[in-house]
Amino acid sequence: MSARLRRLWGMIRKESLQILRDPSSISIAFIMPVILLLLFGYGVSLDAKNIPLGIVIEQPDTATQSLAGAFDRSEFFHPQRFGAIQEAQQALAERRIDGILWLRNDFSSRLLSGNEAPIGVFVNGVDSNQANITKGYIQGTWLAWLQHFAVAQGRALDLPVAMEQRIWFNPALSSRLFLVPGLIAIIMTMIGSLLTAMVVAREWERGTMEALMVTPLHMGEMLAGKLIPYFALGMGGMLLSVAMALYLFDVPLLSPFWLLMLCSALFMLVSLAIGLLISIVTRNQFLAGQVALVVSFLPSFLLSGFLFDIHSMPEWVQTITYLVPARYFVAILQTLFLAGPVWPVVLVNAGAMLLMLAILTVLVVKKSYKRLD
Amino acid sequence: MISDAALSFHNVRQVFTGGEHALCALDSVSFAIASGQVTGLIGPDGAGKTTLMRLACGLLRPALGEIRVLGLDAVDEPQAVQSAVGYMPQRFGLYEDLSVQENLDLYAELQGLPLEKRTARYGELMHMTGLAPFTARLAGRLSGGMKQKLGLACALLRAPRLLLLDEPTVGVDPVSRRELWAIVYRQVQEQGMSVLLSTAYLDEAERCDEVLLLHQGKLLGQGAPADFSAEVQGRIFQVSAADISQRRLQTRLSQAPGVLDALVEGEAVRLVMQQTGEPTAADLLPDLKDVRINSATPCFEDAFVARLKIRHDGAAALGGMDLHIGASGDEKVIQVHRLVRRFGDFIAVNDVSFSVRRGEIFGLLGANGAGKTTTFRMLCGLLPASGGELSVAGHDLHTASAEARRHIGYMAQKFSLYGDLSVLQNLRFFASSYGLRGRVQTERVQWALDTFELTGYREANARDLPLGYKQRLSFAAALMHEPEILFLDEPTSGVDPLARREFWARTNALAEAGVTVLVTTHFMEEANYCDRLVIMADGKVLAEGTPREMKARARSADHPDPSMEDAFIQLIEQREQGGGKDGKHGGKNDEEVAA
Repeated sequence: MSARLRRLWGMIRKESLQILRDPSSISIAFIMPVILLLLFGYGVSLDAKNIPLGIVIEQPDTATQSLAGAFDRSEFFHPQRFGAIQEAQQALAERRIDGILWLRNDFSSRLLSGNEAPIGVFVNGVDSNQANITKGYIQGTWLAWLQHFAVAQGRALDLPVAMEQRIWFNPALSSRLFLVPGLIAIIMTMIGSLLTAMVVAREWERGTMEALMVTPLHMGEMLAGKLIPYFALGMGGMLLSVAMALYLFDVPLLSPFWLLMLCSALFMLVSLAIGLLISIVTRNQFLAGQVALVVSFLPSFLLSGFLFDIHSMPEWVQTITYLVPARYFVAILQTLFLAGPVWPVVLVNAGAMLLMLAILTVLVVKKSYKRLD
Repeated sequence: MISDAALSFHNVRQVFTGGEHALCALDSVSFAIASGQVTGLIGPDGAGKTTLMRLACGLLRPALGEIRVLGLDAVDEPQAVQSAVGYMPQRFGLYEDLSVQENLDLYAELQGLPLEKRTARYGELMHMTGLAPFTARLAGRLSGGMKQKLGLACALLRAPRLLLLDEPTVGVDPVSRRELWAIVYRQVQEQGMSVLLSTAYLDEAERCDEVLLLHQGKLLGQGAPADFSAEVQGRIFQVSAADISQRRLQTRLSQAPGVLDALVEGEAVRLVMQQTGEPTAADLLPDLKDVRINSATPCFEDAFVARLKIRHDGAAALGGMDLHIGASGDEKVIQVHRLVRRFGDFIAVNDVSFSVRRGEIFGLLGANGAGKTTTFRMLCGLLPASGGELSVAGHDLHTASAEARRHIGYMAQKFSLYGDLSVLQNLRFFASSYGLRGRVQTERVQWALDTFELTGYREANARDLPLGYKQRLSFAAALMHEPEILFLDEPTSGVDPLARREFWARTNALAEAGVTVLVTTHFMEEANYCDRLVIMADGKVLAEGTPREMKARARSADHPDPSMEDAFIQLIEQREQGGGKDGKHGGKNDEEVAA
């Protein structure tokens, strides 16, 4: 082995031993992913199910029973009956229910006479997203029932346009299938940026960096010696997450595995470069942790499109998301898992990550010199 | 410039800019040190020693000037310099979560030590440092002295031509310090190595071939230690007198005419006079009988003090302390009986007993990690004891620690005041936290400003004070409520020798005013200021007594007038000889003994 390789090997071995002896590294790489995946896989759901709905029927008869029955059978609602609208409104105010369906005493007569038969709907608008979903589902159930009722009455429903919908890539509309691949990006950000920023800053803090610098070790060898073990650690965390996604949550992987690995490796390098840059600039564990949290972890969580849709963000926030590397990786992950290798998506996003990696590498190399000032 | 110099600086200036302040760390420093010798870089904290070391390693770029290391330009070719020298930074540069062997392996790879030479070199270094039995142990679990030796071994793996050691001996026990010097000298003799070693201990200057004296960023002088001491030839005397304690004698002498400095040493008090010429007993101590004055051989510290100390005769500087201590008498105010403190399976304080009388200055002496601070925290009621009894001012700390704390003033090891508050605001805050309000508070704050000569800094933020003034402020804050017992934890650590003298003058005055003072220190010679002391090592008390008794025990034909350090080393050696039979120690102690 040449002297250069020997030095590199010395650094890699030292770094690996430190990872193995430090319980916090292992837990961030392997225990945290499991917790996050279980939490998001089982705990968090963006789907609206079992919405508590108050139903007020002022004059019960077969038509109203049939309509209420349609809501009872729907998996989206968990209806409760109220005798008077005032009671239901009280319940809405107390947040015991999220919406009210109000059928007045002239509902059946107007329906049967072929006139317009309005229904009253109240929705709690505090959570606007939930309110929209509730409103949409009430409308959908109401329309489906109308059609059904018309057919039963032997006449066609007089609607100008009929919607025929197909849901692609996630036909069951399960948010789990969409969250779990995105989560892999979060986990890799955590290992790449947060953990790396802290461990490199630790060397500055404990004064060992100074001792390393006054040896024949070159800066490039030191950076490589740091990167390689953490690259392996991050890819390990990634493989664990993929295995859990495929076998525990039954997320389909509709693309070749090598393509997933390749894109992940690229993202891992971007994450590590950010982590290194943070640690070189801060040189302090606490500060490095805070900075990594604010510039790397939180944006990945909030602005990557993993949890919140980018298109519904204000335009200026959308512009910021272009600076978040996880944005590109989340797009790739969701496509690779759920839609298959859609090359335009993969290439454009991978290209963006490559560009970021190039810029970050230049910054890291410029900022890292063997000096303390 | 000398061509064969191992290291040379030419007109080097280094400035650090931080915010509004620009700090000139080094100012036009020029020197050259010859190959094959040990050069000491001596100066108090903040003198610029570490900056100089880092410049020599190419870790910093000087604002001005030229630096040549082993014929290389440190500014243009830092990598070449870093590949050529051996360097041990202040905290030894060890990975605490790696074992001794793994640390060695890492540095062997980094320094390019060929595989076939490793076994022999490892064996040699481990034998020399006494670390051979501990190669599998994590570096973080070594004692301070062992860490220091491992750090040195790592820097020596490839036998560099120039070895740079930044404060290798700070906070380490005297035995380890002595061993380190032996290793360094062996390298110089066997390998022809050049060594630059920085230290804040002035007594270590005597062990160097040549000394660079650095003070506030300026190089005050370069030369053999003897050259420095020659400057004060004929101004150094030892004075002893009957019927007076050494501490009182020292206080009296420091106020006597013509005396620049007075320091307790051995059985007598050492004087540095302002002028050459033997003083007479009638001038110095007119009212005392049996005064003996002998001239003494000057040492490096005398020269340092003579160069830098300016005598001032303010009443406040050395005079009495105007304190009103409620209690008086001669009873035992602190009693510690079989005190134990465990942290997990580690015994930090092991079966410690001692008692302190009112008005005594009582010292806890030992290296870092000996258990001094842990003992202190228990006495202040900051940490519960695992076993044993302790009472302070008549209050059992198990049952009435809050009550006991009211009688205590505590000065922590680290500066623990509010850096962003001014001196005045800090004093007011501490006064009010002790429940002093209104006129009483104003009086106490004024007293503190006067007594500690802080009036000039009253509006300055505590953070920006010079180190010595920070210490005065901490001292004043601990005295706001006129406590009858004062705990001082490593008060002189990192403070330069002049500020240390001033500090002890104040402490003496406090004791004269009736305050009981309990003080920890790892400066062996400071034990001379105490009325009585215990020497601690690895959580145990090795000896208790007056400084005179301690030193008397170490007296032998070779050492007719032993120093406190000699006494300490002898105690450690005695314990090591008897250590093999002693089976009841905790695990840590046994291994330490084997080291």
